[in-house]
Amino acid sequence: MMNLIQTITSKVPVLPLFATSESRQAGGAAEARTSTGTSGTSGTGKAEKRMRMETHDLTVRYGSTVGVKNVSLPIYDKQVLALIGPSGCGKTTYLRALNRMHDLTRGATVTGSVLLDGKNIYDSEVNPVIIRRRIGMVFQKPTPFPTMSIYDNVVAGLKLVGIRKKNVLDEVCERALKQAALFGEVKDRLNSPGSSLSGGQQQRLSIARALAVDPEVMLMDEPTSSLDPQSTSRIEDLIHELKNQVTIVIVTHNMQQAARVSDNTAFFYVGDLIEYGPTSTLFTKPKETRTEEYITGQFG
Amino acid sequence: MKTLLQRNIRDRIMESLLVLSTIVVLLPLIIILVHVVLNGISALNWDFFTQELGSPSRAMQGRPTGLVHTIIGTVVIDFLALFLAVPIGMGAGIMLSEFPDHKLNPTLRIMNDTLNGMPAILKGLLAFVLIVKPMGTFSGLAGAVALAFVMIPIIARTTESALMSIPWSIREAGLAIGLPRWRVVLSTVMPAARFGLVTGTLIAFARAAGEAAPLLFTSFGNNYLPNHWLGMLLGPVDTLPQRLYSLAISPYSHWHSMGWAAAIVLLVFVIFCFATARYLTRQKH
Repeated sequence: MMNLIQTITSKVPVLPLFATSESRQAGGAAEARTSTGTSGTSGTGKAEKRMRMETHDLTVRYGSTVGVKNVSLPIYDKQVLALIGPSGCGKTTYLRALNRMHDLTRGATVTGSVLLDGKNIYDSEVNPVIIRRRIGMVFQKPTPFPTMSIYDNVVAGLKLVGIRKKNVLDEVCERALKQAALFGEVKDRLNSPGSSLSGGQQQRLSIARALAVDPEVMLMDEPTSSLDPQSTSRIEDLIHELKNQVTIVIVTHNMQQAARVSDNTAFFYVGDLIEYGPTSTLFTKPKETRTEEYITGQFG
Repeated sequence: MKTLLQRNIRDRIMESLLVLSTIVVLLPLIIILVHVVLNGISALNWDFFTQELGSPSRAMQGRPTGLVHTIIGTVVIDFLALFLAVPIGMGAGIMLSEFPDHKLNPTLRIMNDTLNGMPAILKGLLAFVLIVKPMGTFSGLAGAVALAFVMIPIIARTTESALMSIPWSIREAGLAIGLPRWRVVLSTVMPAARFGLVTGTLIAFARAAGEAAPLLFTSFGNNYLPNHWLGMLLGPVDTLPQRLYSLAISPYSHWHSMGWAAAIVLLVFVIFCFATARYLTRQKH
């Protein structure tokens, strides 16, 4: 038997390829997405650092008030970028600029550029709807659509744009709920309303809904701030797994969380980007005194 | 610092004031209902729902007379008006609530409030100029248009506030999964606000259903059923509020009690519409 396998392997050069793709699947990226080939080993792998998004001199104003000013940051593919800083420092404002969420805020103006794969998403010919399909977002508070069942919530992004095939929707629903670590808890009551879930489950439902449309980048605005420690750790586990497939930018108030989940960290203070670097460096050897003061709890 | 007893007493006083004001609100309604029912119930009989009114001599000679044409006319005109007003009114309400950045919006809001505050008879005049004059005849259609003018600004306002009561985060959640704005409004915001939307539409409907003034020179009134069903749209049509008025100012006592009965029917009609709409939009979960 062993001999047989060895002979086949030696004779058929294709086999090793199969083997790798299988091992990649086992690694969690089992879904039928067009993988670019980068595996999700711990994010700091220098060889695979590909820039996915990038901001140049990004400034957001609300009327005459400046939310964030001149922020230039790289966002690497399949890595987690954490945005930290005290309240009102502009991290959420920055995050919302990344998928044109400010378009609907009255009086908000965005200058500078946000590049996704080298193209500015603020160019006039770019359709923000397409951008938001590629760059998903999870909010601070869970936002299940109030009149929809769990199932309809998850597949809303597909169903409401005309995808009606039951088997496709079923598949996506199960996949997204599994990714969001919610499937086991809700599989027997997919038709009960989304709002009947607990807060932590609702937040994971929101994440599942965002994942269902297969975003390439996921923006998370303090996704665990309203959750208990158990739900928080589940979502952090989820971020670790998701990182194999999507690029994540997460805003957090919790510095331990930033340290736990992120590869890179950016520290914001009153609208300015103060410091950016690999998480391990920023938390152990910050260059700026303000960063050090903040992460050691002297203000904020 | 007041003692607990003092605070409890104060709490009781405030509570009784609230109960009192609730009673004051309900009292006129109850008085009207009782009065209308007591006066009109005697005229409610089979003939009332099956016969036309005809000339006053019918009633005076004790021949069968009723308001069947009025009841049918009211249903036709009110629902036609609703049919005309809901898309326009809701459209304006959606615009006000969901596209606050649109440059036409401040104007729209002022115009809408002006239309709402305008005397109803002027809306009848507008419908007269727009529909009656070109058609050359009073018509149910003109009446429906006049009532639609009554409904539109109310529907627009109530739609706006119903949609505004839905948290903005729901819209952002919809946008964040790549839905276009109109789809977010239609499939997530409006279903969530459906209770308020229906309530607002009902308020507009009830308000318009009780209007007589805009119908005076649009649907005009009629003592008989039209010969053809199209006459409900293209000819003069009777409606309950207007008929109530003309029966009340008539010199015949039998017509007076028919007027009270017309009021009962109008009230029951409006209450029935409210109840049905409430039932249809009840919280299913």
